[in-house]
Amino acid sequence: MSSTTNPPTHHTSTIGAIGAPSRRNTELALLVFAVVIPVFAYANVGLAIDGKVPAGLLAYGLGLALLAGVAHLVVRKFAPYADPLLLPLATLLNGLGLVAIWRLDQSKLLQQIHVAGGKATNQLLYTAMGIALFVAVLILLKDHRTLQRYTYISMATALVLLLLPLVPGLGADVYGAKIWISVGSFTIQPGEFAKIVLAVFFAGYLMVKRDALALASRRFMGMYLPRGRDLGPILVVWAISILILVFETDLGTSLLFFGMFVIMLYVATERTSWIVFGLLMSAVGAVGVASFEPHIQVRVQAWLDPMHEYVLSRTPGVTGVHSDQLQQALWAFGSGGTLGTGWGQGHSELIRFAANSDFIFATFGEELGLAGVMAILLVYGLIAERGIRTALAARDPFGKLLAVGLSGGFALQVFVVAGGVMGLIPLTGMTMPFLAYGGSSVIANWALIGILIRISDTARRPAPAPAANPDAEMTQVVRPS
Amino acid sequence: MSELTLTVMRLGFLAVLWLFVIVAVQVIRSDLFGTRVTQRGSRREAGRQQQAPRQQAATPPPQRGQQSGGRRGRGAPTKLVVTEGTLTGTTVALQGQTITLGRAHDSTIVLDDDYASSRHARIYPDRDGQWIVEDLGSTNGTYLDRSRLTTPTPIPLGAPIRIGKTVIELRK
Repeated sequence: MSSTTNPPTHHTSTIGAIGAPSRRNTELALLVFAVVIPVFAYANVGLAIDGKVPAGLLAYGLGLALLAGVAHLVVRKFAPYADPLLLPLATLLNGLGLVAIWRLDQSKLLQQIHVAGGKATNQLLYTAMGIALFVAVLILLKDHRTLQRYTYISMATALVLLLLPLVPGLGADVYGAKIWISVGSFTIQPGEFAKIVLAVFFAGYLMVKRDALALASRRFMGMYLPRGRDLGPILVVWAISILILVFETDLGTSLLFFGMFVIMLYVATERTSWIVFGLLMSAVGAVGVASFEPHIQVRVQAWLDPMHEYVLSRTPGVTGVHSDQLQQALWAFGSGGTLGTGWGQGHSELIRFAANSDFIFATFGEELGLAGVMAILLVYGLIAERGIRTALAARDPFGKLLAVGLSGGFALQVFVVAGGVMGLIPLTGMTMPFLAYGGSSVIANWALIGILIRISDTARRPAPAPAANPDAEMTQVVRPS
Repeated sequence: MSELTLTVMRLGFLAVLWLFVIVAVQVIRSDLFGTRVTQRGSRREAGRQQQAPRQQAATPPPQRGQQSGGRRGRGAPTKLVVTEGTLTGTTVALQGQTITLGRAHDSTIVLDDDYASSRHARIYPDRDGQWIVEDLGSTNGTYLDRSRLTTPTPIPLGAPIRIGKTVIELRK
């Protein structure tokens, strides 16, 4: 940003940053740190398993550093005032995910059942695609407010994305949950992308409607009760999320979308009553659907008594779907203890199926212990915090709502997955953002970080460009002096 | 690999991971930027590192628009604060640029206010560095204190400018 030397007589001088820090160097330093930590972990896994530094260390470290470097340079060029923390935090999580996936690739047991083996290379490729999308977002999306124009197109897109897994021949039923579509040899989880598109729709919609939803209400017992007809939007979103639950039998996706809407509704209207309504409605919906949907019942049973499921899965002659996964995950967390067993020295491969995707958090729990899990959850918390900080700093209501929606959805997804793996809530088929193996998740979350960085760049830009220049020039001419 | 080395690496890794988290939190601590919650008392200490060039008149700013107010010295306002309305607490640093207010998306401060026009008013420094508010032909008018603006008017420090339900003022 060059500081211009306009003569002081100009009222509409365009000026750049005066001394406002862009903090790009802070970002670079943290980014180097965020690449070194996974490389250290990678060496650690190799030493623990084979007793020598793994052969791919250099290639792997360079690959991650290259991707991070490209992302950093693009941020430096196209979003110079962006938040300095978002990129390093996401890079660290992505790098740790790669290490954990590589570590599970080494397990003979998982290789036999084709869950692991060469997955880390795939994941590095997905990461590259994610970074490419991140770069594309930053270059093509010059101003996040252009997204506002696509409010209702976003709604249609999101509905299509959510419905795709139900299309016969396209949808793939993976162990009960129908949240996948298969195109050729690829499987895609459209829900991950729908998350972002829905946030755009909710932000655009609530920005326009929020006054009606906030002001027209009666006060009752210290709470503002909305009028009956204002309950319309929340009921529609609720109904759609219930339909997802019934037809795709995926609690996580359903909870994520409804939760994201309630969070954004609360932020847009400042009415606590929406949260109360939201919690009541999701409880009623979940209990109602669980009473007749067998797949959900199985998940709830496994949540209430994982040990029983474990015994049933080991008993010969017992039919039906019984999984010992959750119990194995709980044991993994337990045997990790406070400081963990160390990289490569746990036995989280006993979780078998989905050990490197849905259940990857258990591997961290076992090998890094409580200390490591807390650090990782804090990193997720920091990403959400930076998103909300961006929302606070944003000057336009659409940007505020979008940033809150994206970071709220991100945090909610972490809660749903971590809570499911730890036995706090029934398990769902979602993936831990950035850590878990899976292309859709990594790519979509990099796009999410890209949008947050774009909003934070606009919000932090010290002197907002004097807009409507021609307009201002005209008024300047007629200004009586 | 000896047991000792692995134990050292295990604890070392956790230490490095936590060090990263702590460094990240440190960055946030010193990272006071953009809009800030209206502060009370000692505002200089907190963000000295970042805010110094913007807030301290003692630092020569590399921009001449602000310098032009040099004769007025320390009496010149340095920021615009929204004190009422949905954007309460938002501040914008005054650096010699024109600030536009209105419902248009490209305004400097986007007002989300049914009583505001899309290009409602603008605030700019005149050639002496005095800040001026001008109504841009809005429907419901711009008020300085109690009087409706008809011509561009200099803004006294701390005087409330009302646009619909939003009130802004200039502060040092």
